[in-house]
Amino acid sequence: MAPKQKKKSSRGKKSPKPVLAASEDMEPVNMESMGHPEIYPLVLTTKTQEIFSCQIDEDVTDEQPYKLINKEDIFEDLRNRAAVSDFHPVKKIVQEYPGNELLLVYDRDFKYGLNFYLIGTEEGKESYLNPPEVPEEQEEYKEHIPEDVYIYKLPVSKPWVSLGSEKEIEEESVTESTKQITYMISRKRSEFGAPIKFSDQNASSVKDAYIECTAYPDKNFTLKQLEKDVGMQVIPQIKDISTQTKWTYPKNATTQYYPREFSEEEKETLKQSKPLVDFLNNASISVEIALQQNEIMNTFIDDWKYLAEEEGTFGDKTDTHLKEYQSFTDLHSPTEKMITCVSWHPTIYGLIAVSVAVRLSFEDRVHFSGKLLLQPSLILFWSFSDPIHPQLMLESPDDIFCFKFCPSDPNIIAGGCINGQIVMWDITAHADRIENIKAGGGRSKRATLKPMFLLEPESNKEAMYIRHCAVSSIENGHKKVITDIHWLSDTFEINRMGSVFENRSGICCQLVTCSADCTICFWDIRPQKLLTPQTTEKKKEESIEIPFDVPSTFLHLDLSWKPLTKVRLSKGETSLDYCPTKISLNEDHLLCKTQDKMLAQSKTEKAEEMNPYHNLESGMANLLKPIDDFCTKFFVGTEEGEVIYTDWKMEKDPETGRLMSKKPVSHHTVHDGTVHTIQRSPFYNDIILTVGGWNVAIWKEGVMTGPLLQSCCAPKRYTSGHWSLTRPGVFYIGREDGYIDIWDLLEKTHEPAQSQNICITMITYIKPWIFSSKQQFIAIADYYGTLHILEIPWTLSRPSTNEMASVNHYFEREVKHLEYVEQRKKIREQEKKEMELEMAKKKVEIAVPSHRALSSKRGHHVQVPASKKREESMHKTQGQCFPYSKCSINLC
Amino acid sequence: MNEWTNTGREPDPLPSSLAGPTAPGLGEPQAEVEETLKRIQSHKGVIGTMVVNAEGIPIRTTLDNSTTVQYAGLLHHLTMKAKSTVRDIDPQNDLTFLRIRSKKHEIMVAPDKEYLLIVIQNPCE
Repeated sequence: MAPKQKKKSSRGKKSPKPVLAASEDMEPVNMESMGHPEIYPLVLTTKTQEIFSCQIDEDVTDEQPYKLINKEDIFEDLRNRAAVSDFHPVKKIVQEYPGNELLLVYDRDFKYGLNFYLIGTEEGKESYLNPPEVPEEQEEYKEHIPEDVYIYKLPVSKPWVSLGSEKEIEEESVTESTKQITYMISRKRSEFGAPIKFSDQNASSVKDAYIECTAYPDKNFTLKQLEKDVGMQVIPQIKDISTQTKWTYPKNATTQYYPREFSEEEKETLKQSKPLVDFLNNASISVEIALQQNEIMNTFIDDWKYLAEEEGTFGDKTDTHLKEYQSFTDLHSPTEKMITCVSWHPTIYGLIAVSVAVRLSFEDRVHFSGKLLLQPSLILFWSFSDPIHPQLMLESPDDIFCFKFCPSDPNIIAGGCINGQIVMWDITAHADRIENIKAGGGRSKRATLKPMFLLEPESNKEAMYIRHCAVSSIENGHKKVITDIHWLSDTFEINRMGSVFENRSGICCQLVTCSADCTICFWDIRPQKLLTPQTTEKKKEESIEIPFDVPSTFLHLDLSWKPLTKVRLSKGETSLDYCPTKISLNEDHLLCKTQDKMLAQSKTEKAEEMNPYHNLESGMANLLKPIDDFCTKFFVGTEEGEVIYTDWKMEKDPETGRLMSKKPVSHHTVHDGTVHTIQRSPFYNDIILTVGGWNVAIWKEGVMTGPLLQSCCAPKRYTSGHWSLTRPGVFYIGREDGYIDIWDLLEKTHEPAQSQNICITMITYIKPWIFSSKQQFIAIADYYGTLHILEIPWTLSRPSTNEMASVNHYFEREVKHLEYVEQRKKIREQEKKEMELEMAKKKVEIAVPSHRALSSKRGHHVQVPASKKREESMHKTQGQCFPYSKCSINLC
Repeated sequence: MNEWTNTGREPDPLPSSLAGPTAPGLGEPQAEVEETLKRIQSHKGVIGTMVVNAEGIPIRTTLDNSTTVQYAGLLHHLTMKAKSTVRDIDPQNDLTFLRIRSKKHEIMVAPDKEYLLIVIQNPCE
């Protein structure tokens, strides 16, 4: 409620103003919400206050907060200042104002929000100026008031009419019915805070200490139950037990124990005790029955399952022929060439390398040596995708007779030359060229057969001639043709003495070669630490320009490469030495397996950043301790058909102090011609296949008495051989008439299981290779320079379920056979001696026939004239051959 | 002590009543034990034989110590379990022989009140 100012007004200046036409749309804000619709709050700036002389604290004060302003003055102001005028918001009201003077009140307390307010009606003005004291005046006002103006009236209190609510209130109210009792309790102050003593007392002893309300049976509430439903179930006795344990954090605890055992004396006493004896007698009966049952038959065999051998086969199961896949011939070479060695690329599918040599005898070579010098001797890289153009051609100073890819880096190739040099190639630079060859199955469309004169060398498939990057020293190396070359495994290395050390470099860095000059040399491709400083001779050599496209991997070796050790295969006192043709080392079974391929790939990936072959460091053989129990023995096949088992470790001759090679451990003459294949089985490390002359022999390392299997003489000479890579009992032999004999040890051991014609001429090399579990190829090289690739059928590539065990068993049986023969030999000797004794007795009277008895293990006695040698005897009995695995001659 | 004199002739054969048991070797129980065990061991495919007492402590064995101890301990428990199983099902029954066939070989256990005879055989080649 607005307080009413009860001050009398004193009229101030009045200046009538003309009425302005109301053209405002804006509705002025009034205080209707507060119950005073006629009050319009206004803000009057100082300027306005000056104009209307209603300045605060000057014209309008607390005593007289209002001012009567003429309407015309307002209108003039509105005209003068238009929107800027403070009266602009209330323009409408001013226009509608009936009277002449408007009341402007100073709102000191900002009751209506602004510092001034205008009373917009006459009545309001009047009521403000003359506040009504009598309600009748208000009623009069009310009558005068137009209906749209509401005048606030105070509520008038009426007498209260009871509607019954006071009763509720009375009920609800809380009244004190009784007078409050007050107690005053006092206690001595010293007793406050004193220690409290509690004591017990019996409640019943003290009178009135407790009140109880005892229960009593009330007859009204007792009911006698006459029937009861009861169910029963039997359960095992259950016991619930719980215990409180002290929880501690988990701890690791260990216990160590040893079993209780009896001492020896206790065992002895027990043994003699009667109960044990009785027990054993009784128990052994049932045990022996059970043992015999097992021996008779295996009752748990699933016969049905054992009937089936293989899960599924690809292709025709009966197809056992090698299928022609592709063949490669070099059409560019002018002279006739033969293939001397074949090697599949270890990692790239479909890439195969062959070394070709002119097929001339020694005299012809000498005769045509001038012409031969002009033609490069090559190693050709063939790919399945292009049968006409070789992918790469590696040049060498002379014909290569054997070569090998380095197992740790397939871009390094080592080859043995006809002149006794070792040639090294590094094709890292061209590796990407050959890697991106897509080996399609069969001919590609582009490789159509064109006549030779149309073949352009600048075509897309131009063959790259890659020069060798190192050759060994001519003076220090071999003097004659190198017949076999192998990389030593990357796990060990040897030194000058032949002792074996651990190979820390992780790569294959040593080679072993054998040559027709009766030596076996070990070579190291790492730079040797020079003991003496080089003289000026070296400088002269250095001035030789190296062609720019030759990698400098083996520059340190070029022309100065000396072998590490030379092992001379001497026969002893005679000057004739063994002339090795092939060797087989212990670690040579890294032929190829897909597992090894992956290892090799991972190795090459690692070495991509830093190819170890480009940063060869000298060996650490001097620093490391030799490995003692390494088997340094190896097999050598010779030109005369002997198989020698010898040691490469050198020993010091006690007299001269020089290093000498040891004598061979054992040697056997088994073959009638040059041994051209000595190979370890990929499945058994100690089974070796030797092929030479007209027969085949299988040996076991460690069995010195002879070969496990020696085949009888074949009608045609055997010229090459290889184990199968997936079947332990299968090996391939190539003949001189172009046939390939496939032997299966589980099928027949006296003759080949199969024979197939491949070409018309002598087969010079056989090399099978696995590409996948379904695809296996065999590369067969012939004397006329053609390389045939054949696909091995399913039956020949997939081993049967127990093949490995069966072949193992077969070999063990053969070993036992040999032992048996040895024993029989001794028995025979004894018998011989006895016979001789008897003969000697009769010698006096009867002339002894000069026959020698030839006894074999089967007890056949074949009598042969004494003067002939054993080899000839073999030839004589060629027509009817018995597969002797061990022959011996007993001389009388 | 008897004195031996060389009478120059061969000794008289013993009367048959004094002849020992016809088992080869001696008649002492110790040798009999050995002989039985050797007989069992010589069967085809037998890998090992052992005699174990009631607590699982080996008495005689043909295998090495650690294997023996392992077999003895484990099989002893298993035999006890098997025995109690059989007797639980039928209290008047008892375990006479236990054969465990595995992929590689067969283990035979002959239990007794005080001892166990364990034989390991490889039944197939």
